[in-house]
Amino acid sequence: MTDAPLLELDHLSTHYVSARGTRVVKAVDEVSLAVRAGETLGVVGESGSGKTTLALTIMRLLPPAARIVSGGLRFAGEDLLAKSPAEMRQIRGKHIAMILQDPMASLNPLFTVGDQVAEPVRVHEHTGRRTARERARSLLSAVKIPAPDQRLREYPHQMSGGMRQRIVGAIAISCEPRVLIADEPTTSLDVTIQAQYLRLLRDLQKEHGLALIFITHNLGIVARMCDSVAVMYAGRVIESGPVRTIFNAPVHPYTQALIESIPRLGDGPSRLTAIDGQPPDLASLPAGCSFQPRCPRALDRCREEAPGSITVAPAHIARCWLAVTPS
Amino acid sequence: MILLEAHELTKHFPLRRGLFSKVEGAVRAVDGVSFTIEPGRTLGVVGESGCGKSTTAKLVLKLEEPTGGEIRFDGRSLQSLDAGGLRRYRKSVQAVFQDPFASLNPRMRVGAIIAEPLVTNETLAKGEAKKRVSRLLELVGLPERSADLFPHEFSGGQRQRIAIARALALSPRLVVLDEPVSALDVSIRAQILNLLVDLQRDLGLAYLFIAHDLAAVAHMSHAIAVMYLGKIVEYGPAKSVAADPKHPYTQALFAAALPAHPDDQREEIILTGEVPSPINPPAGCRFHPRCPHVMDRCAQDVPTLGLAVGREVACHLYGGGP
Repeated sequence: MTDAPLLELDHLSTHYVSARGTRVVKAVDEVSLAVRAGETLGVVGESGSGKTTLALTIMRLLPPAARIVSGGLRFAGEDLLAKSPAEMRQIRGKHIAMILQDPMASLNPLFTVGDQVAEPVRVHEHTGRRTARERARSLLSAVKIPAPDQRLREYPHQMSGGMRQRIVGAIAISCEPRVLIADEPTTSLDVTIQAQYLRLLRDLQKEHGLALIFITHNLGIVARMCDSVAVMYAGRVIESGPVRTIFNAPVHPYTQALIESIPRLGDGPSRLTAIDGQPPDLASLPAGCSFQPRCPRALDRCREEAPGSITVAPAHIARCWLAVTPS
Repeated sequence: MILLEAHELTKHFPLRRGLFSKVEGAVRAVDGVSFTIEPGRTLGVVGESGCGKSTTAKLVLKLEEPTGGEIRFDGRSLQSLDAGGLRRYRKSVQAVFQDPFASLNPRMRVGAIIAEPLVTNETLAKGEAKKRVSRLLELVGLPERSADLFPHEFSGGQRQRIAIARALALSPRLVVLDEPVSALDVSIRAQILNLLVDLQRDLGLAYLFIAHDLAAVAHMSHAIAVMYLGKIVEYGPAKSVAADPKHPYTQALFAAALPAHPDDQREEIILTGEVPSPINPPAGCRFHPRCPHVMDRCAQDVPTLGLAVGREVACHLYGGGP
């Protein structure tokens, strides 16, 4: 593990602008994050918190309405925002790969699994059909698919959900990327299959020194898999730090409530901490801190001024006025 | 006292093939399942997709007819009920489903959605129905003016509240909750789970709670039944099943459940393979091809739910079965 981050986001902002330019949705706002090789970062947030836009920003796969308006994005010391679309195509899939939530939607139903696993190898490494096929075979064994020779000739619909997700994983690691972004990789899987898949990702990470980024709404995945975590709310990272610090001593009231709102195995029927209200509409955010209307500990200051990033402890950052004014 | 009792409940869906739809085998979705639900208590049913938990819910709701076994409600078998009795049964057993975006008619106002069971089942004066609707809305924590709005004007959590209000309209005694919070955002889930606990306490409701989120089921339930391929493999008090699972499948299931805290890590038991097809379930114990403790007799003898260590476990490790 080196000290320099492999992937670094520096006050990165991505906004969606409506056709007439009248409405601006700040889907990702001033996000700073860093991942080192061999490390796992979890990005948690509810729907509409901007976590998927964040993943698409890193991949530079944004829809036309979205603009990266400011900030920096660096991969292995190179400025990704300065790359041309052609240069990005060389990086995407080869150095930075992504696994999407729905394996059925990310596999082409008209091509065999073998063709699809071999495709990135042929595109990025310009290998011949036969070498690519060999690689595809070993990739399927790497993701523990039984009878890989037979499976290579089959189509996605002939496989179960867990197996399809493995295929998507095989495609993602086919060119030995250094960063792997997994956007809700296990939400469509059953519990025991999910456990198999997470174990597989961890093994692959160990073997290849991957930097893993989990985009998820599930704090359980963060608790099991991640070294550090960034909590997103309304487009901003409201708290980030090492996993144990965040779970044991969360500073932001949203993080606190989120952790207390999930039932723990073994606790009896007690009341869960619920967060009143619902996540805000990104197109019309409240004044000041965007969590303030739901926050049980909101101060007058929170309604007037949005808090900046405050360093609570080394590597532990929170965007909350409570982090500066002791209550 | 027992409110609902399922005895050897079985549902096989025939598989038809060919020009004349000849029956060739069956999907054994639910295969001899027995459980009881007491008034004011919650039975949680957990298991992975294809284990038969949703079919069990449909059988209880009488949306499917069982191919074997029976359901008794208040001590009376459903098969023995006449039309009036069935009507009363359907009023006493209501449901809340997973997706509040699909379960509410987008063209009806919320007031009409909640009043519909009242209108179809009871003869009420117009003003009376309106009063009942506003009482139900208050019960689930929605403002009274919600009655005049349409479902699309509400968020997922609020819609689930509307679905709960509708389920409560006929003052049921049992509510089937089929994945009631899985479609909701994390911060909203706790709101709905708390509401369900409050309603149970205030109205004395019994719940049949079906979910794949083990921690949520363990949190909500008094008893838990763990299903695998159409059979119950473990059945007992929620606390002890969650804290100390006995059946190898339950152990693997709870070990696979994601921790709520990084310090909660359980020892990982990773099962190999996937759930086999319920069309041709494995002989003997249905779990034996994936079981880490498999023995010779597991491939031949079907273990029955036997009383072991204070709860029922269908496993030869505990000497269950003949």
